[in-house]
Amino acid sequence: MMGTIFGIPPQALFGQLLLGLINGSFYALLSLGLAVIFGMLNVINFAHGALYMMGAFVSWLLLTQLGVGYWWALLIAPIIVGLFGIALEKTLLSRLYKLDHLYGLLLTFGCALMIEGGFRHFYGVSGQPYPIPEALRGGQNLGFMFLPNYRGWVVVASLIVCLSTWLAIEKTKLGAYLRAATENPVLVQAFGINVPVMVSLTYAFGVALAGLAGVLAAPIYQVSPLMGSNLIIVVFAVVVIGGMGSILGAVLTGYGLGLLEGLTKVFYPEASNIVVFVIMAVVLMIKPAGLFGRER
Amino acid sequence: MNARLLAGAALTALTIGTALSAGSASAQGVSGDAVKIGVLNDRSGLYTDLGGEGSAVAARMAAEEFGGKILGKPIQVITADHQNKPDIGSNIARQWIDQDGVDVIVDVPNSGVALAVQEVTRDKKKIFLMEGPATSRLTGDACSPTGFHWAYDTRALAVGTGRAMVKQGGSSWYFLTADYAFGHQLEADTAAEVKKAGGQVMGAVRHPLNTSDFSSFLLQAQSSGAKIVALANAGGDTITSIKQASEFGLTQSGQQKLAGLLLFISDVHALGLSVAQDLVLTTGFYWDMDDEKRAWSKKFFDKFGKMPTMVQAGSYSAVRHYLKAIEAAGTDDGPTVAAKMKEMPVNDMFAKNGKILANGRMVHDMYLARVKKPSESKGPWDYYQILATIPGNEAFATVEESGCKLAK
Repeated sequence: MMGTIFGIPPQALFGQLLLGLINGSFYALLSLGLAVIFGMLNVINFAHGALYMMGAFVSWLLLTQLGVGYWWALLIAPIIVGLFGIALEKTLLSRLYKLDHLYGLLLTFGCALMIEGGFRHFYGVSGQPYPIPEALRGGQNLGFMFLPNYRGWVVVASLIVCLSTWLAIEKTKLGAYLRAATENPVLVQAFGINVPVMVSLTYAFGVALAGLAGVLAAPIYQVSPLMGSNLIIVVFAVVVIGGMGSILGAVLTGYGLGLLEGLTKVFYPEASNIVVFVIMAVVLMIKPAGLFGRER
Repeated sequence: MNARLLAGAALTALTIGTALSAGSASAQGVSGDAVKIGVLNDRSGLYTDLGGEGSAVAARMAAEEFGGKILGKPIQVITADHQNKPDIGSNIARQWIDQDGVDVIVDVPNSGVALAVQEVTRDKKKIFLMEGPATSRLTGDACSPTGFHWAYDTRALAVGTGRAMVKQGGSSWYFLTADYAFGHQLEADTAAEVKKAGGQVMGAVRHPLNTSDFSSFLLQAQSSGAKIVALANAGGDTITSIKQASEFGLTQSGQQKLAGLLLFISDVHALGLSVAQDLVLTTGFYWDMDDEKRAWSKKFFDKFGKMPTMVQAGSYSAVRHYLKAIEAAGTDDGPTVAAKMKEMPVNDMFAKNGKILANGRMVHDMYLARVKKPSESKGPWDYYQILATIPGNEAFATVEESGCKLAK
């Protein structure tokens, strides 16, 4: 048989790479939303983690209070989170566009703390269990590892969403409007396009992606008020490495770092929550705009 | 991160603002104009549910038994969040003692933080009642003449769960360990017990505190082929690892078994019985064991909306014993009260004939329990079947074994 790769049997390595890909799916989905929002609104959305958590909680509430199952939650929860995003954007964020980035960051960070604090007050930190939907229970024995069906589904779903978002922004007319509106909002408005509405919708879409990631995450992690803050710092690092505002960059970096983190967990597990930041520091030194970002 | 620090600073600023200046310590009577009990624990992170506000509720229940007054002075309970950071924890402790006239610090889950606070209270000669932290070092090389370790420790968990699982045929072990003081100590103590009982340790993987995805570590545990995968972690980390172990079919094959080395009833409540069923655990307290425990827990439930964990019940017991010692000694002077506490047996709903060793270890019976199946449970919080009582002197180390230098 084959030997070992750096002292690790290849089977174990494949397993870890696959797991990395699964975690990367969440990074990609979340950093995609962040990148869309930053690209179009120039807002560093620190509330992203809290909205991801909200997505998970909405689906849990739908299930336990109204008996609405996973598949409907997949549709309804992102819409609810998106509507919440519109309210946030219309009432608070829209007042800050003329100011420095820092104000948007502080505002959204404050919102995140309040949303999290609210959920923590009512539901505690240990979280609520959310069952895996009937159709996706069980798993496949791949020979080198046992892959739960649900995790496989997460990878597929996230790939589809990331790909179609990228296509929509880069290849459709609506996407072209959006990109134009960020370059020069006044001119685009002069063509008769309602830029403020477009901006609101973009924000809603960005946070709806976070909500969707939350629904996908609910059956894997405990639905807990802390789930967002556990993830958000890493996701920001992903966006910085990929290049602020670069959509393709965010997605590719998300999957890439997931893989890398997976490898770290085999070779030096203690460093697994630092490795992303080490890479971030190195990337910032060599390419300050990020791997896929353009220098301005 | 910075904002968290700011929040911490604001919180400490708030406690200074409201605090009264401490009077000079005297050998008789109560220093300052109140006996101040500072409950210091995780109030926002992964250990909130096992202690948190519940520990403060329990401390207040103990104070109420004395009519809220002792030696003619009021008893006050204040709280703060150490955010699982040793520097923040020891700063709050110092601030409390130096400026706010706090007489005793209670709870402090997270062994890393507790070790830091123990340094402060030892220096300042103030009482430190530990219910939340686990590491047996607190009554070992890091012991203090005024430090008391109350509810459980890593050695008791190791003796309880470690021995029991080896006896049931779990001869080979693999550890999933939280990478800080507590995890390391729990792994070391358990590994020692396992080897003593004739078992074998195949390996261990260390994961960072507060990890959200355990699948990679679980996969490593799975491929180790060990019969027992032992979780040397706590709170949110334990919940996530158990949940994901069930997702990855770790235990379904029947070849591997999970051992939650430190499992609180709050964890079982969060997981649900269908995931947690049949886990074997060691605990210092279970509410549904006798009438006294049931009555107290019912009272606690009415105030707090949840059944008490062993940490919360222990906080009640420790604060009550502390107040009784003040009453008996006629002073709240740290070393005098500490000596009195060690003289008196601990008798309350938490412990029967508990005795406190010279190193501060409160020795009481521990219990080996099994999590019920959903079909066996009569309703919420009916979670444990008690399998065995582990006598206190078996569960906890003697002063000589502990390595504490205080012992005469």
